[in-house]
Amino acid sequence: MAQPKILVIGGGLAGLSAAMRLAEIGADVDLVSLVPVKRSHSVCAQGGINSVNTLTRQQGDDEWKHFDDTVYGGDFLQHQPPVKEMADWGPRIVDLMDRLGVPFNRTPEGFRDQRRFGGTLYKRTAFAGATTGQQLLYALDEQVRRREVEGKVKKWEFWDFLGPVLDESGRCRGAICQDLVTMQFRAFPADAVILATGGCGLIYGRSTMSMVCNGSAVSRAYRAGAWYGNGEFIQVHPTAIPGADKLRLMSESARGEGGRVWVPRQPHDPRDPRDIPEAERLYFLEERYPKYGNLVPRDIATREIFDICTNEGLSVEKDRLCVYLDLTHVPRETLDRKLGGILEIYEKFQGVDPRVVPMKIFPAVHYSMGGLWVDYEKSGSGGMVEGSPRNHQTNIPGLYAIGECDYQYHGANRLGANSLLSCIFSGLFCAGGVVAGASAGRRTAAEESSRLFEGALRREEERHRKLLARTAGDENPYDLHLQLGNLMTRVATVVRRNEQLAAAYAEVCSLAERWERCAVSDTGNWTNQNVVFTKSLGDMFPLAKLILKGAMLRDECRGAHFKPDFAMPGLAATDPAEKRLEAERWCDRFEANTRRWLKTTVARHGDGGEPEISYEDVDTSLIPPRPRLYGLVGGEMIEEVWKERQAGTRQPAETSA
Amino acid sequence: MIKAVETAVHDGDGDAQGGPRLVRVRILRQDAPGEESYWERFEVPYVENMNVISILQQVAAMARSQDGRRVAPVAWDCNCLEEVCGSCTMLINGRTRMACSALVDKLLEEDGEEIELRPMSKFPVVRDLVVDRRRLFRALERVHAWVPVDDSYDHGPGPRISPEDQEDAYPLSTCMSCGCCLEACPQFTKVEVTRREDETAEAFEKRRKAAFDAAFVGAHAISQAVLFNGHPTGKMIADERMAGLTAPGGVQMCGNAQNCVAVCPKSIPLTRSIARAGRAATVWAIRKLFDR
Repeated sequence: MAQPKILVIGGGLAGLSAAMRLAEIGADVDLVSLVPVKRSHSVCAQGGINSVNTLTRQQGDDEWKHFDDTVYGGDFLQHQPPVKEMADWGPRIVDLMDRLGVPFNRTPEGFRDQRRFGGTLYKRTAFAGATTGQQLLYALDEQVRRREVEGKVKKWEFWDFLGPVLDESGRCRGAICQDLVTMQFRAFPADAVILATGGCGLIYGRSTMSMVCNGSAVSRAYRAGAWYGNGEFIQVHPTAIPGADKLRLMSESARGEGGRVWVPRQPHDPRDPRDIPEAERLYFLEERYPKYGNLVPRDIATREIFDICTNEGLSVEKDRLCVYLDLTHVPRETLDRKLGGILEIYEKFQGVDPRVVPMKIFPAVHYSMGGLWVDYEKSGSGGMVEGSPRNHQTNIPGLYAIGECDYQYHGANRLGANSLLSCIFSGLFCAGGVVAGASAGRRTAAEESSRLFEGALRREEERHRKLLARTAGDENPYDLHLQLGNLMTRVATVVRRNEQLAAAYAEVCSLAERWERCAVSDTGNWTNQNVVFTKSLGDMFPLAKLILKGAMLRDECRGAHFKPDFAMPGLAATDPAEKRLEAERWCDRFEANTRRWLKTTVARHGDGGEPEISYEDVDTSLIPPRPRLYGLVGGEMIEEVWKERQAGTRQPAETSA
Repeated sequence: MIKAVETAVHDGDGDAQGGPRLVRVRILRQDAPGEESYWERFEVPYVENMNVISILQQVAAMARSQDGRRVAPVAWDCNCLEEVCGSCTMLINGRTRMACSALVDKLLEEDGEEIELRPMSKFPVVRDLVVDRRRLFRALERVHAWVPVDDSYDHGPGPRISPEDQEDAYPLSTCMSCGCCLEACPQFTKVEVTRREDETAEAFEKRRKAAFDAAFVGAHAISQAVLFNGHPTGKMIADERMAGLTAPGGVQMCGNAQNCVAVCPKSIPLTRSIARAGRAATVWAIRKLFDR
């Protein structure tokens, strides 16, 4: 048969690495993106990319430990074979990016330098200044441009994906997209469609995400029948710079290079932070987590910062929540060489030099661990079978998802510098399987009846036309978006409570109804950003609902999902025997909770638009789940009991309670 | 009508008179390519630490001009809002720069009462502040701005690179294709090609590329050529890049006005790149002469 035609939606790290590899193995690639691909959100990633490397290997590190750190950091919620495969590929991927010309920082001898990131004790993170995502994206952009010149890739920039086109058997046969300049619609028949459209931070109004990260492409696939996994797991990054239009990321690498988080012990201490003596500063992360210090996993750092400000009233400022992130003790030369890019951002947007004055930061919505549910084929060695058409395929045959918009790699919490790896890995790795699936003797898209596409095209045109005709409405889409964002930020971020989630769900339903009465202030058909925004806002509600419902139903704490009503506090007893008994009970409860809740949340778009939630077992066949004990009081005792149980020397003390 | 305005002012600071403090902005608008441009004024509530993007967001939400007329929202390009994606370039108070990092307090300090926004003048206007910068990306193709690897399979690490060479290359590699250097360049003049009625999309595309290729390639692309010619693997196709750089519209067109380096938001040493490219072009031309 002829070359398979593959449609890739999204040109960030995942989409570009897929396009690069697909073009190389002989596919004919159409690459659709809301923005010129070089401007994709991946450019915002700052800190680096993780992999085992020659140095850490000699310190006792290996791929298995990277895999273990990732699943432990993610609280065991991810299927393990894909994660193992990714960790195994890590060194090869960083080598590849190095060959593509990414200017990674160097050691004096000319090797790649590495820094330490959260959730690990090894220096696994390769970096290019503090703009690693930008540098990785540019390297892939350049390779795809090269293939474009060769005629193997065709880019469609400033195009919006409106939805997949499914045939009568339910197989994806292509997609309908819209030109954001001319507002023309076009059908893209394809043998497979890959979504690589990133996260959905805009549902939260302001976040660290770019303006294209509105989740609309994923929402459109979800409405067409694709399942969504672990929607309630949204990462809130511990350190961001508050702003009126956006919350700008302050990379974890600031802490990786020695940055210390603190607040004055005296609430709202009016003194210049530089004049507050050491003894009057509370380095709360270092104090509470002596092992990892400022580099505890993100969910924990976020919660602690949130807690110190809201519950303990120790926010630096009185009317605005923030803590200090202090780099002023690090030599200026080191800061400029390793963190220049992000420190410039702070200086540019805050007007204060962070090399001299401690930064003021606060947590912000940052990453969607959840995303479209995707399949994989497990290999004999516990990884994934390379070239299997099942890898990264959604439940809709022929429709794939990779990068941040899939749910596969990060479980309940993503470790820093693992996302760049998962994006590039999933793009490269899926390509062979996508082509194999596309070529497996099926009717090709070109042979598919044009009636299918004409019908889909007409439906989208009709939807668009109806939106434009809604000039009499009394609702303002930007206002509704503001309300949705404030609501989601209030109830579905750091701390979650069932009664708030339930109320918020009802409120989202009413916002969605009000959206039906949105007036479009621009009714033209030329570069109409107003109607495009309104459309994407409408697509935020189904995702907001599944996030809220998933969070509401999940009565436990896991990774980024924290419900104080279901928390498992540390041990209170001091008497050794009592403490031991308490640890036994803790482990019993942990085991019961694992049985009940160590499951993937799967949301299906039900009749009437409400999400239908079910649960799927997680493949934990390689590393048995164990308690995540970072800094928990009595953690040593729990660990001791746990290890004895694992070794089978003691039966679970089921009757001890 | 009132509703939109009220909601948009929710976090505006009150002044002594009790009303919100307003920021005035005048925007040069154009409905579509080939249409007349016109000025429109807007007033939005002041918010602490606001930037030009927050002004435009409020303008979009209100969709009303200063005199209360219902108008279509102003179109503009943006994405990351942290000066790393290169989308939101425009002329702000006459200066080419990124809208996200243009802080309103500073603008008002420098330039009084009103902020002026215009689209870049060296690229065809698509609508309002949105311009078509495809020529900028085409220039990267002209100079083969990539490392010619064999494939994306595993062949071990890339070449060893000294920290000095990395520190030399990294700033060049932070170019975000924003186009500020092109807007400020006297040699870079606008090329606007419109599709003829009887022309196929392919034929039009071909004609447009040819028009782009005949004009000045621009400082950004010259700097990328220098970046890749300095890379151990990249330099293996240095000749291809030199061919692009010395073709019509190449580095020789630079008039050394040095505006590019002055406006680059990332402080990339563009004039140093141009000087290096110029020297390399001379050497290359002489070598080619003797190679005959």
